[in-house]
Amino acid sequence: MKRARIIWRKSLNVVMLSLTGVAAFGVVSILFLILGYFIINGGRSLNWAFFTQLPKPIGETGGGMANAILGSLKLLFLSAIFGLPVGLMAGVYLAEFGGKTFAYIIRYTVDLLNGVPSIVIGIFAYALAVQPVKHFSTLAGGFALGVMVVPITVRATEEFLRAIPNSLREGAMALGASKWKTIASVILPAASGGIITGMLLSLARVAGETAPLLFTALGNQYWSPGLGQPTSALPLMIYQYAISAYDDWHRQAWAAGLVLLGLVLLANLGCRLVITRRGVRGV
Amino acid sequence: MATTAAPMDQAVPPQAGPRSFVHRLRDGDEIAHVVTLLFAALILLVTSTLVFILWQKSHLSRTQFGWNFLWTSVWDPVFDHFGALPFIYGTLVTSVVSLAIAVPLGLAAAIFLAELAPRTLSDYIAFLIDLLAAVPSVIYGLFGIFIVVPLMRTTIGPALKHTLGFLPLFAGPNYGVGFLTAGIVLAIMIVPFIISVSREVLLTVPREQREAAMGLGATRWEATWKVVVPWARTGIMGSVFLALARALGETMAVTMVIGNDPKIATSLFAPGYTIAAVIANEFTEATGNLYLSALIELGLVLFLMTFILNGLARLLILATERGGGRPS
Amino acid sequence: MRKFLVSLLALCALTFTAQAQSGTVLLNAAGATFPAPIYSKWFDVYHTAHPDIQINYQPIGSGAGIRQVLAGTVDFGASDGPMTDEQLAQSKVKILHFPTVLGAVVPTYNIPGVTASLNFTQKVLAGIYLGEITKWNDPEIVKANPGVKLPADDIVVVHRSDGSGTSYIFTDFLSKASDEWKSKVGKATSVNWPVGLGGKGNDGVTGLVKQTPDSIGYIELIYALQNNITYGAVQNAAGKFLKADLAGVTAAAAGAAKEMPDDFRVSITNAPGAAAYPISSFTWLLIPAQIQDATKRDAIKTFLKWMMTEGQSYNEGLSYAKLPKPVVAKEMKQIALVQ
Repeated sequence: MKRARIIWRKSLNVVMLSLTGVAAFGVVSILFLILGYFIINGGRSLNWAFFTQLPKPIGETGGGMANAILGSLKLLFLSAIFGLPVGLMAGVYLAEFGGKTFAYIIRYTVDLLNGVPSIVIGIFAYALAVQPVKHFSTLAGGFALGVMVVPITVRATEEFLRAIPNSLREGAMALGASKWKTIASVILPAASGGIITGMLLSLARVAGETAPLLFTALGNQYWSPGLGQPTSALPLMIYQYAISAYDDWHRQAWAAGLVLLGLVLLANLGCRLVITRRGVRGV
Repeated sequence: MATTAAPMDQAVPPQAGPRSFVHRLRDGDEIAHVVTLLFAALILLVTSTLVFILWQKSHLSRTQFGWNFLWTSVWDPVFDHFGALPFIYGTLVTSVVSLAIAVPLGLAAAIFLAELAPRTLSDYIAFLIDLLAAVPSVIYGLFGIFIVVPLMRTTIGPALKHTLGFLPLFAGPNYGVGFLTAGIVLAIMIVPFIISVSREVLLTVPREQREAAMGLGATRWEATWKVVVPWARTGIMGSVFLALARALGETMAVTMVIGNDPKIATSLFAPGYTIAAVIANEFTEATGNLYLSALIELGLVLFLMTFILNGLARLLILATERGGGRPS
Repeated sequence: MRKFLVSLLALCALTFTAQAQSGTVLLNAAGATFPAPIYSKWFDVYHTAHPDIQINYQPIGSGAGIRQVLAGTVDFGASDGPMTDEQLAQSKVKILHFPTVLGAVVPTYNIPGVTASLNFTQKVLAGIYLGEITKWNDPEIVKANPGVKLPADDIVVVHRSDGSGTSYIFTDFLSKASDEWKSKVGKATSVNWPVGLGGKGNDGVTGLVKQTPDSIGYIELIYALQNNITYGAVQNAAGKFLKADLAGVTAAAAGAAKEMPDDFRVSITNAPGAAAYPISSFTWLLIPAQIQDATKRDAIKTFLKWMMTEGQSYNEGLSYAKLPKPVVAKEMKQIALVQ
């Protein structure tokens, strides 16, 4: 009787553990499938024209996504300007200055903002930045993305600031530094590895967002001068081209997807580099 | 408080009582406090403006339909009848399907990575999975259209019909696009979150717990499932909620593979529509103020759904923290 | 490090705030996907001929085009369905309709094994889209197509998920073809489809039909031609089965040209005449009658003139019919109304 039970438990052990291995293997292979498919299809379509030419009229082959690449860069730049300082400052507040209730409210709101679907943020940006000026624009798109950058940045900043041991703070204060000087010259640099990681990750995330751009940046076949005109962006092009019926457009969509993936990979690798170089002390 | 003048603030001689606001201001601390507070308050302002705008712009629709909006199944721009039910249904169904696939898969993979795999391998794979988490959703949509949809139509669908076709879940024609496809694509998108967070949490479970269990004669699996996982359950559930929140709000990948049909159907093969997808498709073109207002009301509903979810997640964390598992 | 950052910032500031070369007029337009191939060709050719005028056209759907013109977020719009009286009333500024090309909506299908061109009666099309005819070997379809072996498969119906003029044209036709459709569903850029999958844009529908066996969808003629998808013949008011072509579209427009209303909003679906293709339509540019910016106004007016003369020579290459001469003459007069 007892032997049977032991055999059951042992076999269950082997079965379940192998299942977990299968699951892990399955997930990883799906990842490799996606990456591999992209690299093959996207790589085939990546050529010089893709990076330098403007899109061709509907139905004609050739053309590229040069304006979409620049558009995405501009949008990233704007979102960084709008979102990163707010996120950083708010994170500093929560970690260093916050009182009890107000800080709790802010944290809850940050979590809330993080959970808002990107399409709703698009509506918000449309109402604030497009309707009043009667204009689709890069600025509006950057604003929408900037709002999305904030929550991750706040979280990362607060987490990594908190992780710095108090001994560092006390040491600086003992040397006579005021609170803000301590933060600016000692704490922030110490936590910079993690904070920069958080910032890079938040930017990588919004680089691929499409929904908020649908009602703000609209899209553009040409170069978008300055910041006040509609602009093309990589995710928008991928969306438009992928659901179309033209094989040439499908090719270009893969290529654009590869470029976006590459961006994400670069950002992640950049984070690793930054962390190992600067180090995250106290964690 | 220092009683001797520190080298840095020689300008301010030590005083017996609390310094005035102006003095503290000169010091820079107060400025820093106020400035960072203002930025933090800005977040509050932005979020409240968001809610306000959603509320205000859905006014027409809310007054016209009232609560009925939530359980009407008609979406008719011609006759101006709008109801959110098919979209709420679609959003929930796709999310549930995606969780049903992603949670067992993700948890199993996380267990493998945390408990069984050698640490370096586990770290590398975790890095790769983090990468998956950062892939833009429109790319998953691409993947969905070109790989999952044909696969569903030619292989998975017929296989399911052959084996489980008697269930109403798998009845009806199989187009390739539909609830199930959307659920699968969503599952692929959210599984990295579950694995990533669960793995981290499982790794923090103290060694003694495992050793104690094994010392009592448990098999590796029993130790994991009955001791380690429960210990980490708060974090694991947190990851599930995180994943669910993402699934609810997911737009692009879903609209590319769900069929865009605002109907309620029991079959998973049927095409459907989610709140996020319909807003993306119809917002820029909604002529008629009631139409636009109804779409924004849908956005409000979605916002509320995620709000409630976040609240539930927090409550859950609070509850389980008290009830056992890892002491906070 | 600091210097690098500062110079990087300066470079960014320079590139990102670079204004367009002085003198370049930038126009933003949005709307119909039905004429999108010819529009994108026109704007491209026009830009090459006039490098200082840049027209950015986004084919986001006729419904979107109407909305954005009403909201004033684009300089002009485009729609395959004329604006309704209610929509026109919503605008503070009068919106003028300028017909641009004539096109045809065709029923495309993807039935494995069937390469012949199918005949669709008006009843059949309405029945399929109402969800009442569900199989390809339905007796009504078989009756109209003697000699074609139709499978007993379920029909997969595809329609537009976005608000579209193509849908408007198609539902307008269906409303004339079937009283049941008229009362149950109606005609609009966006309707409550009884059955079917939704694809975004003519592109999306074409993509879906191409990918899905046993499917049927409605798209603009050029999309079917460009993608080598079989499309069928539709029965016209005179009872003949016609496959869409330029002659059929022009025939449908011929009658309309005589009684063209002053605001150009006319439907030519199900036009009388043995040679008239029943699902034909004008498509319009929606131009505000008052444009504040003088340079924009002039650019639009010059483009309109170009469009009605030189632009028309590109139509047939992309399977759109030219505007009838009397219509062009009338339109030229309307240009003067844009102030």
